[in-house]
Amino acid sequence: MERMSDETPRIGVFICHCGINIGGVVNVPEVVEYAKTLPNVVYGEENLYTCSSEGLSKIKEGIQKHNLNRVIVASCTPRTHEPLFRATCEEAGLNKYLFEMANIRDQCSWVHMGDHEAATEKAKDLMRMAVAKAGLLRPQEETEIDVAPSALVIGGGVAGMTAALCLANQGLSVHIVEKEHEMGGMLRYLHRLYPTMQNAPEVMDQLVNAVNSNKNIEILTSSVVKEVKGFIGNFEVTVQKGNGKTVNLGIGTIIVATGATNFEPFGMYGYKEYDNVITQLQLEQLLKSERLQNMKNVVMIQCVGSRQEGRSYCSRICCMTALKNSVLIKELYPDADIYVLYRDLQTYGKEYEEYYREVQKKDVEFIKYLPEKPPEISPGQNGKLNVNVYHSLIGEQVEIMADLVVLSTPLIQHEDAKDLSQKLKVPLGPNRFFLEAHVKLRPVDFATDGIYVCGCAHWPVDVGESISQAYGAASRASIPMAIKKLRTEAITAVVDEDICSGCGLCELTCPFKAILIEETEKGRKAKVIAASCKGCGACGAGCPQMAITMQHFTDEQLLAQVIALAEAIP
Amino acid sequence: MTIQEKFEPDILGFLCNWCSYAGADLAGVSRFQYPPNVRIIRVMCSARVDSTIILEALIRGLDGVMVLGCHLGDCHYITGNYYTKRRMKTTKNVLEKTGVSPERLLIDWVSAAEGERFATLVTEFTERIRKLGPLGKETDLKPQQLRTRLVAAKEALAQERIRWLVGKEGELVEDKNVFGEKVSQEEFDQLLFQTIEKEFAKRRILLSMGEDALSVKEIAQRVEASPREVLRNMISLEQDGIVSVVGIEENSPKYRRVGE
Repeated sequence: MERMSDETPRIGVFICHCGINIGGVVNVPEVVEYAKTLPNVVYGEENLYTCSSEGLSKIKEGIQKHNLNRVIVASCTPRTHEPLFRATCEEAGLNKYLFEMANIRDQCSWVHMGDHEAATEKAKDLMRMAVAKAGLLRPQEETEIDVAPSALVIGGGVAGMTAALCLANQGLSVHIVEKEHEMGGMLRYLHRLYPTMQNAPEVMDQLVNAVNSNKNIEILTSSVVKEVKGFIGNFEVTVQKGNGKTVNLGIGTIIVATGATNFEPFGMYGYKEYDNVITQLQLEQLLKSERLQNMKNVVMIQCVGSRQEGRSYCSRICCMTALKNSVLIKELYPDADIYVLYRDLQTYGKEYEEYYREVQKKDVEFIKYLPEKPPEISPGQNGKLNVNVYHSLIGEQVEIMADLVVLSTPLIQHEDAKDLSQKLKVPLGPNRFFLEAHVKLRPVDFATDGIYVCGCAHWPVDVGESISQAYGAASRASIPMAIKKLRTEAITAVVDEDICSGCGLCELTCPFKAILIEETEKGRKAKVIAASCKGCGACGAGCPQMAITMQHFTDEQLLAQVIALAEAIP
Repeated sequence: MTIQEKFEPDILGFLCNWCSYAGADLAGVSRFQYPPNVRIIRVMCSARVDSTIILEALIRGLDGVMVLGCHLGDCHYITGNYYTKRRMKTTKNVLEKTGVSPERLLIDWVSAAEGERFATLVTEFTERIRKLGPLGKETDLKPQQLRTRLVAAKEALAQERIRWLVGKEGELVEDKNVFGEKVSQEEFDQLLFQTIEKEFAKRRILLSMGEDALSVKEIAQRVEASPREVLRNMISLEQDGIVSVVGIEENSPKYRRVGE
């Protein structure tokens, strides 16, 4: 039977010697005797090692024998040992949240080794504070929620299709929402893929066919996400279809794979002013449709519109794209002279440096220009273009008569990314790409549970990287669906609706979108989504009405600790 | 002549579970020694620390409070410590109004790997408070006066106006408001500190009034402020429904607390 907690607290304290780690500095018997004098403490004992199996049996025995409904272990740090002691309490039928720890080793005996008296006094203070909090502890329940066995993939490019296939092949149902009328994304415009020179249409067709023929995947083209409600495991997504109809989907997890678009360099280097100034993406299409005329001189300019004020990032794919397209032009017209005007060539990927060296052997000339002295374009004879560039490595001005100037422009985020980010309540970063939870440690997660990101929606990546990320995102997205049920955090914020004014500051504060304003019978009120709440307490400590209680770290409990500490002050 | 016993401050520390508490644990594991004056309360995030509880600790006689979180950008809860930073800026400003040195509140960041840094921070902070002496030594206030001011400060920090501003700071200063305007940090701080000053003055007035019906002049004497300033605050308090005019004596209205 679960032990009652609302009756008068009956606190048991177990004080650990930790061998000589604590006992060698802190006078443990004295602390035990002291603890027994504190309010609501009905039992106290010392253990050589409370975490040993013998010590744990003592806790269980104490709970039974003395009818304890709160347990305190004074020993090491809760960061390592709280789970063990909590589990022990649970085994003895005590709700694990009715357990409290006092850290008298890591933060006492180990750091005040030269002053046994002061360390013992501090241990007593920490004991008194723990007892004060323990008396106010309440049992907490971790509730379980079901996870809808269905994923939503937004975007039908290489990242989205790959992620969808990964999930579908695990037997999960997947919906792909693609705003264009056909699948494929950016891959539709590409010709060959570096470094293997594979045919982009072949890669795309394989993926599209696989997706089309997978019975677990539903494809919604010419469709956009209209509304997203709910939270991990239970998203309710409304999709606006091309025919004007809407469809409602019950979704467990969501993957954002909306890709990116190419920057159009209007007003730069004569783009749209001269017909023979084009972007790399346009060159891809000329090559793909075999419409590229015989060329004598081709100039490629790197970093057009990137790595500059307002768009500070490196688009990552353009260096390799320029190298690859140089090779393709050389294959078509071996006599063509190709000049790549670059700032820094960043061939960072696996074997890419090798590829660069191969291209260098093919008579492609690399000219390093300075951002403060960018190349200049002026009309030349016979429709050619005069490209004037300061070659910074040889310190000379170089003039090239070019048949074609190709601008390597960065991938940029879609216009409608902001709209989608607001619907999903996930953030965009400073360069307007979708912002992950942690750049190093959680690269495909959003801070909001149950939503993941892959491909160029996150940052410019090539096809190989898109696929890797799609695998990652699909794997992350499948976890909640594989477990089928989620345990919600018990330590969550709770709103007192009678005090809440519905101002919405908590909604603004919460980075996890775990607290939202809703219309209720009592008017606008904050509502906590327990499944999303991480229990940080930031909302409560800022609430203008002080209407939010952070469970397990309540104002009352913290105040009790402060008061207990202050008792010793004369 | 008696030899004064060396003053040993009582210090409270709020540490976040993920970084600073772990840093304190690491100090222990590494056996970095530091003065035994600090007692620690673990919270999940430094943003859990409501400014009012810091005042509560001082009211109850603590000599110094430290709030330690994860380094900015490393918060386990992403943005929590930014809220801590803004709230603590406000708390320090309120403290200044009471006459208590804001140096008694330490806000800093300690990662889980910075055991030595934790020990150093505690050592330096303890030394700082030792030098400052017992709480209030830096003022010439009597214990009861000091207490009343700290209570006024705590009540001010519980006020909706201040909490709303503090909560909105990030949005107002870093993003744009609904009209596409951005507020500069200086403009914001000016507004915030003015609001603090006003709210603190109002709380002091209310505390000084007790249950009495008082004229502006009488209140001004009690809080040692100019009658003009008090009158301005009385009008604002009346608008908020916290005080009410209960009579006129010698052409001067008498106020009494009614609301809250």
